[in-house]
Amino acid sequence: MTLSKIWVVAEAVDGEVATTTLELLTKASELADTVECVYAGDDADDLAETLGEYGCETVYQTGDLDGALVGAPMAAAIADVVEAGDGPDALLAATTYDGRDIAARLSVKLDRTVITNVVDLDLDGDSLVGCEPVFGGTTDVRTRFTSDGPYIVLVRPKSFAAEPSGGSAADVEDLDVPDLGSSGGAVITERHVEESEGPKLDEAAIVVSGGRGLGDPEKYSMVETLAKALGGAAGASRAIVDAGWVPYAYQVGQTGKVVKPDIYLAAGISGATQHLVGMKGSKNIIAINKDPEAPIFAVADLGIVGDVHKVMPQLIEALANR
Amino acid sequence: MNVVVCVKQIPDPADPGALDPETKTLKRDVKLILDESDSYGVEMALQLVDAAGEGEVRLVSMAPNSERSGLATALAMGAASATLISDPSLLGSDALTTAKMLAAAIADQEVDLVIAGSESSDGYTGTVPAQIAAVLDLPSVTAAKAIEVDGGQVKVQRQTDAGYDDVTCTMPCVVSVTAGVVEPRYPSFKGIMAAKSKPVDEKTVADLGFAADQVGWKGAEQEIIDIAEAPQREAGEVVEDDGEAYLKIIEFLENMKVI
Repeated sequence: MTLSKIWVVAEAVDGEVATTTLELLTKASELADTVECVYAGDDADDLAETLGEYGCETVYQTGDLDGALVGAPMAAAIADVVEAGDGPDALLAATTYDGRDIAARLSVKLDRTVITNVVDLDLDGDSLVGCEPVFGGTTDVRTRFTSDGPYIVLVRPKSFAAEPSGGSAADVEDLDVPDLGSSGGAVITERHVEESEGPKLDEAAIVVSGGRGLGDPEKYSMVETLAKALGGAAGASRAIVDAGWVPYAYQVGQTGKVVKPDIYLAAGISGATQHLVGMKGSKNIIAINKDPEAPIFAVADLGIVGDVHKVMPQLIEALANR
Repeated sequence: MNVVVCVKQIPDPADPGALDPETKTLKRDVKLILDESDSYGVEMALQLVDAAGEGEVRLVSMAPNSERSGLATALAMGAASATLISDPSLLGSDALTTAKMLAAAIADQEVDLVIAGSESSDGYTGTVPAQIAAVLDLPSVTAAKAIEVDGGQVKVQRQTDAGYDDVTCTMPCVVSVTAGVVEPRYPSFKGIMAAKSKPVDEKTVADLGFAADQVGWKGAEQEIIDIAEAPQREAGEVVEDDGEAYLKIIEFLENMKVI
């Protein structure tokens, strides 16, 4: 049994199809006969080849939205298609800022529930079952849609491996955006990029993250130095992002980025559930923390009970001397 | 300027309790606190009303059992009043139902701005603010890390994966804020005493024009079919630093062939 049609909300990063979109397409191809994309923008032609390679047959694009935040126009456009009877059985979006906005607004337009934070997705007859981790990933809850579709699902990044199926380039068609009335008043006037140099945090093979145990903001430079020495990316716990030491783009956790690198090194991070959810899928975890009771040690392959201010400089020096 | 802040009362994340296998909802036999994520919204609202020089901050919240301890914290911080939607039939409500209830409680108020946390610290759906906006047919800006009111518009710095966007939005509107947007104040003793006499208007589902079977589990259109312990990682070797523990890390990295 498969669904007949799934829509995936396609997103692009720097002109390339987002990895999360490819993950969703791969899963959607398993679950449905036809997989199509909806996309907020006017450059779907540039994405069509990659989307097709991962199983998307047609991508419907809104065209230029003049800087509008995409939630309201995308939801209105998708709802119109559903109401005209041409909608999908399910719509999958990634748990991104825009993905959440689209799913949330669409749920109101269609009066349909959203299953959120999904890390796995299965068919159950002609319904879908989403698996979501709760309590910092210690418990899995499986939730099934009980109403008619479209089922709206928000999937956490890195839940599925992206695998090309070798399809030809997706067709590009228009997705008409209706007049938004009073709901369309949010417009982007300027974009700011504050990512660090080197590999992207959520794609890096090695991630070095720092937390409150670093003591003060200047000590975060040790994390950056070590990340650079290993050719990895620098991350952070929520505590030091909230405290303003580093920008939010560095945050690893439930709120923030999900990372699954080959090696994750946590320096001065105790391992609050909020953090563990974002990194416990890493292949190998190394933790340095002075508190032997810190929860991070329960998930670490190698735990060093010690002072980050001693261990990190030694490590940096040893790597520099190689 | 009147600002409504949506707040959630949750079990203390340091002691989150568990899911009740019978009702499949969060066990709420522990004392609830104001979700820390919402304390940022309350603080932001207080600062904006203060800057405007007029108006007040009001709270809306939903709980199945008349719980007020979290509201008391937000009132003690300086909010003027609260609406508490409380009804046993709300147990098991999904985010959409929650948004409908909160929106209904907001709809009959004169309001310039609605503020909410980006996501609760227990449920993490992160959809409620935009759903409230959609129910009220208002624009919304989610994931705000700074908010400024300028004439009839809000100017927001909105988080993105790469950094942030400057966004302007017409008012009234809904803005969800991230943690860290401002430093929430601690309630003063005077604030705590004053909170005791601040009005908390309790409303039922029927008061808001909904039937009991439209909310809670019946209205949720989803059912939990399984709750299971997740497979856990096994803890590996833990060593005490004797001054040379960094060599263990070097060895580990060598074994992984990354150096």
